[in-house]
Amino acid sequence: MRYLPLTRDDRAEMLSAIGVKSIDDLFVDVPAAARRTGFVDLPLHAGELEVERELSALAARNRTAGSGPFFCGAGAYRHHVPASVDHIIQRSEFLTSYTPYQPEIAQGTLQVLFEFQTQVSALTGLEVANASLYDGSTGAAEAVMMANRINRRGKAVLSGGLHPHYVRSIETLAHAAGVVTETLAAAVDAEAAVIDAIDADTACVVVQTPNVFGTVTDVTKIAEAAHAAGALLIVVTTEAVSYGLLKSPGEMGADIAVAEGQSIGNGLNFGGPYVGLFACREKYMRQIPGRLCGETVDADGRRGFVLTLSTREQHIRRDKATSNICTNSGLCALAFTIHMSLLGEQGLRRLAALNHDRARKLKAALTAVPGVEVLTDRYFNEIAVRLPRDAAEVVETLAGNGVIAGVPYSRLAPHAGMDDVLLLAATELTSDGDIAILQKALTKVIAQ
Amino acid sequence: MSMNSVGRPTRPETAANDAPAATATLTGARGLLQDEPLIFELGGWDKSGVDLPEATGVDDALDGLLRHEPIGLPGLSEPETMRHYVRLSQKNHAIDLALYPLGSCTMKHNPRLNEKMARLPGFADIHPLQPVSTVQGALGLMDQLAHWLKTLTGMPAVALSPKAGAHGELCGLLAIRAAHEAKGQGHRKTVLAPTSAHGTNPATAAFAGYTVKEIAQTEDGRVDLADMASKLGPDVAAIMVTNPNTCGLFEREVIEIARLAHEAGAYFYCDGANFNAIVGRVRPGDLGVDAMHINLHKTFSTPHGGGGPGAGPVVLSEALAAYAPTPWVVNTGDGFKLVEHETEEASAAFGRLCAFNGQMGMYVRALSYMLSHGADGLRQVAEDAVLNANYIKARLSDVMSAAFPDGPCMHEALFDDAWLEGTGVTTLDFAKAMIDEGFHPMTMYFPLVVHGAMLIEPTETESKYELDRFIAALRALAGAAKAGDVDRFKNAPTQAPLRRLDETLAARKPRLKWSPVSSAPLAAE
Repeated sequence: MRYLPLTRDDRAEMLSAIGVKSIDDLFVDVPAAARRTGFVDLPLHAGELEVERELSALAARNRTAGSGPFFCGAGAYRHHVPASVDHIIQRSEFLTSYTPYQPEIAQGTLQVLFEFQTQVSALTGLEVANASLYDGSTGAAEAVMMANRINRRGKAVLSGGLHPHYVRSIETLAHAAGVVTETLAAAVDAEAAVIDAIDADTACVVVQTPNVFGTVTDVTKIAEAAHAAGALLIVVTTEAVSYGLLKSPGEMGADIAVAEGQSIGNGLNFGGPYVGLFACREKYMRQIPGRLCGETVDADGRRGFVLTLSTREQHIRRDKATSNICTNSGLCALAFTIHMSLLGEQGLRRLAALNHDRARKLKAALTAVPGVEVLTDRYFNEIAVRLPRDAAEVVETLAGNGVIAGVPYSRLAPHAGMDDVLLLAATELTSDGDIAILQKALTKVIAQ
Repeated sequence: MSMNSVGRPTRPETAANDAPAATATLTGARGLLQDEPLIFELGGWDKSGVDLPEATGVDDALDGLLRHEPIGLPGLSEPETMRHYVRLSQKNHAIDLALYPLGSCTMKHNPRLNEKMARLPGFADIHPLQPVSTVQGALGLMDQLAHWLKTLTGMPAVALSPKAGAHGELCGLLAIRAAHEAKGQGHRKTVLAPTSAHGTNPATAAFAGYTVKEIAQTEDGRVDLADMASKLGPDVAAIMVTNPNTCGLFEREVIEIARLAHEAGAYFYCDGANFNAIVGRVRPGDLGVDAMHINLHKTFSTPHGGGGPGAGPVVLSEALAAYAPTPWVVNTGDGFKLVEHETEEASAAFGRLCAFNGQMGMYVRALSYMLSHGADGLRQVAEDAVLNANYIKARLSDVMSAAFPDGPCMHEALFDDAWLEGTGVTTLDFAKAMIDEGFHPMTMYFPLVVHGAMLIEPTETESKYELDRFIAALRALAGAAKAGDVDRFKNAPTQAPLRRLDETLAARKPRLKWSPVSSAPLAAE
């Protein structure tokens, strides 16, 4: 058993030091009825070779995103991650350390979190960022809870441009907490419609830009309307690279910004683990969920970092905590920070412009396909199109031809009456050749 | 001395005599203990470590939507980046360096095979919304992981998607809530949890819309059945009990606890943080548990990563199975299907906890670990984890005070600070002195039911050599504390990259990010 260091002799010696005859004597508190002798009905241990063989066989039954033209986005994006990122996050000291509760021997993790918070604050244009949440969707649900804690109004208005998985994640948590949600009808350009839904009970409005259909919206007027009514504006972003090209949520008047940070430093991983970015205005600092890292000094006056304001957190405040979150996404946040440090301002702007550039190419190619209608006008790197046929069928057919053509909207929301809508994303990894193959294959399928 | 609400000191004391200063270097540098600037102090504002082509232009439709102000992100070349983060990494303690005996956290070895498997492109480079026909291997892996979890726990259903332990608790309570609502029992608004519970338990209950009532504990560190029975009533939705509990003890009366809860119409939520102690030997399903989360980053060795990501799948009893959140995998016999919406077949699901399919990267690592150990190895894991903890308890009980000296502990040994009385040394001081001896401190001041608690969990992946080294260090420290060597403790740590940090100052003057206008060091008032 290669992961278990104790030998038979060790065990015997230790049992005798404890003063018991057998290991069973240490399990005496388990009720006799629940003690299992022998093994549960599962295979016995296996060597590295066998495990590798078995898991590789499973992995081989998946089509990787890199194996052909690939256009899926809808909240998870395929980007290039520099080789050094994965190398650093696999260092023992980062990979096998715990939450930095003993700051004197966790300055590595803590300084990274401080850098991460500073980067997220800069990207979102808001004063205070936390040390990460699980992902964008859970971050959005936490943001709604936080807004309701701040003004106790009891209702959240969700835009029809919000990713349907985010909608369900928010609705699920809100229902439990007794917060009413009003989710507006899905539409390609949906964000401004929240203004008409704001009333005296509205705790917050949640909008997304770029939204699930790819539409970019200047939310300044929405912020004004929300604030005039005493509500908070939560701005969700599922493609963090867009921060490199577009106005930040803070600049447009958002009170809370939530984003999925997977695009920077993190792979697709079939949906997780990802990293939730969460930032807000300074006046709401003490209502933030999750961990915060802060600067301080040590006994010799040297600068150092600690987890701080932890009276918001479950391990101190228990049932009065701002959230129940404990573990977050430390290592994914580290990957984000390393990638962002490599990119820098100039690199991020270039990367964002490049993504937009690829999407322009994609849009032009799709516009040229007879029967395809491009629905998204103001886009970053993702667009929605209307097909003359059921989008899910078209995607399935194209998958058979080696092209992963995107995400049918019906996959996210089966009863929205948008079965003919397809969402396609392009990133810096999308080549001219990929776009040409898609255009040709789509033309052919639609003509059939 | 400033203290927080649980009596934990938050500001370093000035010792009677300052520690002797090491010979000062000419530059102020300290060999391998370099002070490392922040990237904002290092980076060039026009530098990048990523080579990208210039883009050609922006669509006119984005007029007025573009960011024109500087963002404020420095860039570093690749060599600078490597050096910066590698230097930072060297300021961290890690499992790969030495014992990391944090009680309740199960800091076991993280096998690198798991990392290798999770990075296979067939798992790492697949999109959650690709056509289901193109990810049959991924769904097969989820199905297999679910089978292992259900078999090990003796439970009929599992929800894989929760992203951490606390998220799993939320999942369990929302399933319980949905079950009550379906039975017209929506008026049940109370959750009972012992005083010794993890903070996440009451926090989750409150988050899920419940009021929390505490259950008292008996002299021997277990749930007080009489107190629990007196608080069970028509308003109680669930009890949340950790088993083995946070005192490191198995709840002997767990079957009775479950019976009483069920009799009162409540469900039994078990916090599975300590499953490592019983995996392969005890199935929670045989104890009457209705829902239990399993921290894959504890029991099944997925790395803690400095605070995540984790994963917290929840096993569910027959009574709760129908309420599991979307998504889940169905093996149709003719391939795998992914149920993603509350449709006909998922009509009772309480909703969705997060986007996509949960923590796939963690599923791969956990299954890799399970396959490596097998049924026999997992049973050995529980036995060695319990053996190691009892060995520590036995070898330290004569110099420290075990909180519950009678009978064996499970996977962790709990000490209180009674043995430090009169020494002037606190649990915090003792913990900081452990840093100087090369060990990460144990969990301190938790559980709350024990004064100055020290909770030690060695896990099964520690060798006897390392345990003996640890025991020798603690015995030496205990001797020093009792011999009046107080300064050693008050000054500790002196061998870490930094000395004791001022948490009070950090909270009083929150500085949560770097800024060019406030780059002067904080000064204590």
